[in-house]
Amino acid sequence: MKINIPTPLRAYTGGEQMVSVPGATVAEALQALTGAYPELRQHLYTGEGRLRSFVNLYLNDDDIRYLPQKESTPAQENDELTIIPSIAGGCRRYL
Amino acid sequence: MLHLSYSDYAALRAHGEETYPHECCGVLLGKAAPDGNRVRQIVRAGNTRTDSAHNRYNIAPEELIRIQRQARTLGLDIVGFYHSHPDCPAQWSQTDFAEAHWVGCSYVITRVDQGKAATTNSFLLTGTNEEDKKFLDEPVEIEVGSVENEQERGQP
Repeated sequence: MKINIPTPLRAYTGGEQMVSVPGATVAEALQALTGAYPELRQHLYTGEGRLRSFVNLYLNDDDIRYLPQKESTPAQENDELTIIPSIAGGCRRYL
Repeated sequence: MLHLSYSDYAALRAHGEETYPHECCGVLLGKAAPDGNRVRQIVRAGNTRTDSAHNRYNIAPEELIRIQRQARTLGLDIVGFYHSHPDCPAQWSQTDFAEAHWVGCSYVITRVDQGKAATTNSFLLTGTNEEDKKFLDEPVEIEVGSVENEQERGQP
């Protein structure tokens, strides 16, 4: 499957914006990705191994959080997984 | 340094005036260069924070993915973002910092006072991870009247 790498993480994929990795599921593809590019792991996952809250994963056009099998969703070779960090903010302080 | 054409500079400021008293937001497409991010196109985005749009903004991931695909088609990258601060300083807030995750990208903020764009500042997000990230004040170079640039951009 192809994984689309966002601008800030390309420093850890040798500048590649699209990476092809093997894997029968989204989780396996992500494992292959961080296996090939170990420095990516800390940017995608917390120390406890959970996906960081601001990291969004889309399988083609679907947010994997809302897919029934989530990261265990089967992936086909032509599928595209997009890693997209969130964009938010505003002038109000957190209360 | 952030390099921005005058037309894009004016357009992102105008966006903040149009959405006042709500925050506007958008994406900067371009290329990272040794001397800073060079913006070639800005793309307006919708603010999904309709519950508190006067002091918060959020770009839907789906829209961000669409814009990223658009950038790829144009041979460009996402090099930054912009938003407005209605009646608030053109400085990053604690919220802006906590929600900033695109290291290497420029975050442009325009203060809009009573509907009129005032100061526009840019901040470069630097660091290597969430723990050591920080915003640096980033000078903005406004490219005015560059015929070559305007032609390259497909404008008359």
